[in-house]
Amino acid sequence: MELTSRTPSGPLAEKWDNHRFTNKLVNPANRRKYKIIVVGTGLAGASASATLAEQGYEVHTFCIQDSPRRAHSIAAQGGINAAKNYQNDGDSIHRLFYDTIKGGDFRAREANVYRLAQVSNNIIDQCVAQGVPFAREYGGTLANRSFGGAQVSRTFYARGQTGQQLLLGAYSALSRQIHKGGVKMYPRREMMDLVIVDGRARGIVTRNLISGTLENHAADAVILATGGYGNAYFLSTNAMASNVTASWRAHKQGAGFANPCFVQIHPTCIPVHGDYQSKLTLMSESLRNDGRVWVPLAADDKRPPSAIPDAERDYYLENKYPSFGNLVPRDVASRNAKEQCDRGKGVGSTGLAVYLDFADAIKRDGQATILKKYGNLFQMYEKITASNPLNEPMMIYPAVHYTMGGLWVDYDLMTTIPGLFAIGECNFSDHGANRLGASALMQGLADGYFIIATSVAHYLGTNALGAVSISDPQFLTIQKNVNDRLHRLLRNSTAGPTGKVTVDEIHKELGKLLWDNCGMARNRQGLEKALEQIPGIRETFWDKVFIPGIGGELNQSLERAGRVADFLEFGEIMVRDALTREESCGCHLREESQTEEHEAKRDDANFSHVSVWEYKGDDETPAMHKEPLTFEFVTPSQRSYK
Amino acid sequence: MSTIDLTLQIWRQKDSDSQGHLQIYTLGGISTDMSFLEMLDVLNEKLTKEGKDPVAFDHDCREGICGMCGSVINGVAHGPEKETTLCQLHMRNFKNGDVLVIEPFRSRAFPIRKDLIVDRSAFDRIIQSGGYVSVNTGGTPDGNAVPIPAKTAELAMDAAACIGCGACVAACPNGAAMLFTSAKVSQLCLLPQGKTERKARALAMVATMDEEGFGYCSNARECEAVCPKGISISNIARMNREYLKAVLLEG
Repeated sequence: MELTSRTPSGPLAEKWDNHRFTNKLVNPANRRKYKIIVVGTGLAGASASATLAEQGYEVHTFCIQDSPRRAHSIAAQGGINAAKNYQNDGDSIHRLFYDTIKGGDFRAREANVYRLAQVSNNIIDQCVAQGVPFAREYGGTLANRSFGGAQVSRTFYARGQTGQQLLLGAYSALSRQIHKGGVKMYPRREMMDLVIVDGRARGIVTRNLISGTLENHAADAVILATGGYGNAYFLSTNAMASNVTASWRAHKQGAGFANPCFVQIHPTCIPVHGDYQSKLTLMSESLRNDGRVWVPLAADDKRPPSAIPDAERDYYLENKYPSFGNLVPRDVASRNAKEQCDRGKGVGSTGLAVYLDFADAIKRDGQATILKKYGNLFQMYEKITASNPLNEPMMIYPAVHYTMGGLWVDYDLMTTIPGLFAIGECNFSDHGANRLGASALMQGLADGYFIIATSVAHYLGTNALGAVSISDPQFLTIQKNVNDRLHRLLRNSTAGPTGKVTVDEIHKELGKLLWDNCGMARNRQGLEKALEQIPGIRETFWDKVFIPGIGGELNQSLERAGRVADFLEFGEIMVRDALTREESCGCHLREESQTEEHEAKRDDANFSHVSVWEYKGDDETPAMHKEPLTFEFVTPSQRSYK
Repeated sequence: MSTIDLTLQIWRQKDSDSQGHLQIYTLGGISTDMSFLEMLDVLNEKLTKEGKDPVAFDHDCREGICGMCGSVINGVAHGPEKETTLCQLHMRNFKNGDVLVIEPFRSRAFPIRKDLIVDRSAFDRIIQSGGYVSVNTGGTPDGNAVPIPAKTAELAMDAAACIGCGACVAACPNGAAMLFTSAKVSQLCLLPQGKTERKARALAMVATMDEEGFGYCSNARECEAVCPKGISISNIARMNREYLKAVLLEG
């Protein structure tokens, strides 16, 4: 597997310009001859579809939901970063770049991250022009707030619904193109596999989720914008339909998968409360602007929070990290919460929670101000827990939230399969081993609005592509494989459920195994155990899974089964990756590699690389390749937020 | 943790062309900490284990923001709790022994696909006809170039909070989509960026609303009462003004 990053030469600040200049273009009159498939309509997919159609390409866009407006980007709450320096507090493109690469614990490519910081400012301008109702100061200028891992205020927001507003902005641009005929939209379609012709990505096979029909689609390039794989853990903050299938299918056809063990565990989620639970709910990181995190000083203190005086509380983040306090990056906050709970200081009925307390902020700013900032979050918390954060502190605990790992891409966001691009969360490109808050929205829109069109033009401009048809043998073969697999999943259906297992039972089993052994803290023994057990769970699944109904109809159990089948394969490279990375970095804490204060201890001499996995066959061990990371413009240091 | 026992009467319909009916299920030991959709998950797991077809229902984020979920519970879209989507409705709102009638969002413009799943693509077509500012990617002015009073931004945000779930249509005696449409018209006509196209937008979106088979507003205010995001019907008044101005000035 060849890993050429195509990182442009020259000074950091000129790389993107140089690259755009050397990249080939497609003349406007010729663009309409090219057909581009975009899978997914989150921030990355919707913005890419709209932008490519505006430029004149024929775009075919697919989404799993009933409408492109519902992709999971919509659930992002807190905000989007940009280096505008509107607050005049010392921000700059270079500082956003530095914070992001440091936040990622020096496991991302310098050039990619710098480009992200550069285009961040264009994103804000674009969204304002679309009518995104960002929060404003009384004078009418854009308001900002602070997020973890930064000491400047650079986060733009629309109440606690920033993701929703940005996605609806991208959706409106997409809708305009659908109306104009530039985009043909296919909702309620699931990508089942990728079609490769002559070594290039030339199409996809989808399943129409209403009729169950399999459909072939051909194109000149395929862009995946299919999100992250956090649902491998069963419980996560992801939407129920979020899955790894599109990325995994691409991987099995030759796309390298980078850093699969880099999974962000978000510190502020509503704790787990029962085994019927279907998902975890995030409480935006922005709450840490005003909320103070604490646990009782003494272990096993069962008093209600109001009965514990200040002197008997441990505001452990403020005490341990005086400069960043409650706004340390997510991985640090999560790990410290786990550490407190491991010491028996956790609160709530399960002991797996810490307090996030707004009492001081309410005293300082008044209830009205706090409600204006966080009203919808407080309301959401109260609905789920029946407790009002105005009267008693929130209880929070870390949960799986975002995946930094993903399909390996070069500087052009192209995977190791020519003509197959990956944008947004489904690639690995910008966040290294830990993503800073408010940077996912930034990356999704940077990729979609400002980067991918340049890459697509270059690819089309440098390659002579022959015509393909959906009845070509390659398409027919892939469709047959997809069909055979669906039949295999359904083979127990007529036999009835006796002695069988359900999709959810298997998914929960896999999820628990991954959470316990490949979650917030990892060690060799646990990882080896997980690696040993996954094949058994997979076998039980294929042997005993019972799915009611048939394939040729709307069948939600079958949809879930297909996704779980892929998680069962994918989970293995996640664990394998965690096992091979014998250092701690960002989210990835190997217990064998920590400082005396339990901070992640990197091993730059041996692990300053991207781990890229190559699929070798169903019964073969995957191969791991390394893309070395070199740092010309920053010096990797031990991260300190003290 | 307390638990309750329930009787459910759920709308079952094989596909768009089949006739539907209410099917009765009994479900015991439901934790009051569960969400409504988790209760349906429990039912579906039970049905699956009995070899029966689980109830199809739309859902995705389960955080009240994607707008995918929604059913009518005992005659009320999204159920009894104010400003709450079905996924955020918790079982503590119900009592032991309650009978819950669960039906899809019904409207001429929302054909049923299966059980509780309806086709809301008419909403997408309304947006496609004009629910945007016609601006291409790139070349936009600095975000602070045009100051927008905080109050205007807040009003626009109130309208923009719509999640497109369709509860307003299901609740309206006329099956009108005016709350939905007016939320987008309002957001964009309040902001300076949206003013250039305001007339054409109002005309096009109202026309599409009609073509799709939605009814008109007769001020029943049922939409506002069930809206999970608290969108006010003052947006409908604003849209009517926009529309009238557009008709008079552009015909």
